[in-house]
Amino acid sequence: MSEVIKSREDLKNLYCRILEERKRIKFSITICGGTGCRAQGSENLRDAFEREIKKRAWEKICKIKMSGCHGFCEMGPIVLINPGDIFYVKVKAEDVSEIIEKTIIKGQYIERLCYKGNDGEIYTHDVDIPFYKYQKRFVLRLNGRIDPTSIEDYIINGGYSALVRVLCEMSQDEVINEIANSQLRGRGGGGFSTARKWKSCKDAPGDIHYVICNGDEGDPGAFMDRSIMEGNPHSVLEGMMIGAYAIGSSQGYIYVRAEYPLAVKHLQKAIEDAYSYGLLGNENILGKGYGFDIKIIIGGGAFVCGESTALMASLQGEVGEPRAKFIHTVESGLWEKPTNLNNVETWANIPLIINSGSKKFASLGTENSKGTKVFSLVGKIKNTGLVEVPMGITLREIIYKIGGGIPNNKRFKAVQTGGPSGGCIPEQYLDLPVDFDNLSRIGSMMGSGGMIVMDEDTCMVDVARYFLDFLKDESCGKCTSCREGIKQMLSILEKICAGYGEDGDIEKLEEIAKLTAEVSLCALGTSAPNPVLTTIKYFRSEYDVHIKEKKCPAHVCINLIKYKIVQEVCVGCGACIKACPVKAIKGKKKLPHSIDEDKCIKCGLCKVSCKFDAINIE
Amino acid sequence: MEVTKNITKDSKIDLAVVSKIIRKHKDNTGGIIEIFQDIQAYFNYLPKEALQFVSKKRGIPISRIYHVATFYPVFSFTPRGRYIISVCAGTACHVRGAPLLLGTIQRELNISIGETTRDKIFTLEVVRCIGACSIAPVIRINDKTFGSLNPARLLRLLNEYRKELKYE
Repeated sequence: MSEVIKSREDLKNLYCRILEERKRIKFSITICGGTGCRAQGSENLRDAFEREIKKRAWEKICKIKMSGCHGFCEMGPIVLINPGDIFYVKVKAEDVSEIIEKTIIKGQYIERLCYKGNDGEIYTHDVDIPFYKYQKRFVLRLNGRIDPTSIEDYIINGGYSALVRVLCEMSQDEVINEIANSQLRGRGGGGFSTARKWKSCKDAPGDIHYVICNGDEGDPGAFMDRSIMEGNPHSVLEGMMIGAYAIGSSQGYIYVRAEYPLAVKHLQKAIEDAYSYGLLGNENILGKGYGFDIKIIIGGGAFVCGESTALMASLQGEVGEPRAKFIHTVESGLWEKPTNLNNVETWANIPLIINSGSKKFASLGTENSKGTKVFSLVGKIKNTGLVEVPMGITLREIIYKIGGGIPNNKRFKAVQTGGPSGGCIPEQYLDLPVDFDNLSRIGSMMGSGGMIVMDEDTCMVDVARYFLDFLKDESCGKCTSCREGIKQMLSILEKICAGYGEDGDIEKLEEIAKLTAEVSLCALGTSAPNPVLTTIKYFRSEYDVHIKEKKCPAHVCINLIKYKIVQEVCVGCGACIKACPVKAIKGKKKLPHSIDEDKCIKCGLCKVSCKFDAINIE
Repeated sequence: MEVTKNITKDSKIDLAVVSKIIRKHKDNTGGIIEIFQDIQAYFNYLPKEALQFVSKKRGIPISRIYHVATFYPVFSFTPRGRYIISVCAGTACHVRGAPLLLGTIQRELNISIGETTRDKIFTLEVVRCIGACSIAPVIRINDKTFGSLNPARLLRLLNEYRKELKYE
């Protein structure tokens, strides 16, 4: 039924037609289909709703859709009921008929399914919940509201109007100027000015120019890009189309991680739909004599391919090794042609900047970092999920106001930003406004937006060891300093964690870290020492306790801890004896048990099996 | 593409399938990584015979084929099990106890990372972040993601998968 959109009028007509068609829909049920909610059963929930609607023969008046990630994954599966915009959390298939009876037919809300705040307050709408209230959802505006597999859903929410405006009203330079005025900086980590990149690429000589969307979100603990690609793929496409027009490119690529199959599926569908409406592909989009194609390339699971030159090598079917950037990729990138690469979130910002104007965008944020940034707020935090905040907000606001603080009355220790290239930020900097420059100043970086909160139970030496262990596997091996430097730092950290640390180890770490950072070619190597250096800088006492006292204050490093049964608390129920895989626990029924330290492998199964909290780690 | 079940090292590799995959990507300038992906999607791993065939048909030295294929962690060069368990080793999962999960699976199935159980049912792999950090720690079994796990819940899950096989 789709028709080719040839002009601004056509898009307007299509908009009106969709609006008319949707008038018959009296209710809509939107179920969160993000990976988090899917893992918690949202697909079953959709089936249950569909069965119920079919039973009542409501198919014509009730629309059920599966949206992208709402961000509040902790509370999944999330269901949104309209009219009324009622927001239900932790919904199960058993709740379906009650929701239909009470909420849809009678218009009442079900208290049990509403979000409850710390003070016991009941929230029926998402916008009132503190988790959402203090956010500024700009890029994520439509996530959780639209069906990502429906181009019509995107269009009816203003989608592709920015593209139409750009093609019908603006010259290439005008588009670049508008982006320049917004002062948008790349959201992938580097923070380079987007407009400058575009301009350099446009001005580079050559008849073929490429644009690439970097969807190789490799930072562990970060899933912003995944959620955008899964939840609102058309916004990425529209951004790329606008960028391609400004640069003068007719071919685009989206490089997506192999670990994100749903993102690939949704992007693929979005591209097909855009083709069928003539927004992509033909030589004459909107009758403006301009053509653009997009192809998806799936990555091979290599972290280093997030680096622009490595990504381009991988796109060419080669080993993903970075190269020196004496000549920038905007001049000679993919197949030695001028290539402009931007991150998913950067592309998704473009249509919004065109629509709302660069002035409005630049009014948000700090002096050198404008707009909003999406963070994945995870780790030891009450409200885990995806948050979008204006630049310049403090870490304290993000962690305590939006994130709700640390669960189980534990103490905050650090927040890790920037993935393996970033650093751990201690409590003393919680009031620092978050932007590109401030985070770099204290030894971390913005990165792509992972924000992992750590509490007193997280061992900082182990965290440094963890990141180096990650980087050891992911270093492509081209530079000796990176390949060997990381390995040597890791072996020292492993030694410390195992209880064999010596005086002078910290100094040795610092020396190797300095060398690795100075000599390596790409950002993977130059930033690899950050997790080590920041943990030494801010948590040196923890290193000292590991080295001098052979103890792990956070009870994480396995060689330095012992599991013990508290004799006064143990009731002798035998649950731990059953759970222990190596038969290290002995004891008679109804009498306190004990653990044989020589046999214990410290797997932790006894601790999770104990209902009386009688097992301690020392 | 359907994943063929229970491929063992001895089963013959159907080169007609590989040939079809190569034809599908004949216009790609880059292309070989996509060929590998399709081969793995079909056979569940990259069989030596298939790679040799790609080398011959595309005129790429076998050394280069392996140079590229071994660089990318997603490719496996040995047949994998019916269920591929991917333990997420992302930062959020790490601080919420992923190492305990990994140890539990290794002990329970008696295999190390990258290995397959003798009965060819389970393969254990580690992935760098699935991106389901908010329900950490998570594992994925084939294309299903399971979150908020602890060692006890994980053991129950593995048992459910074993039971499922019995009923088939």
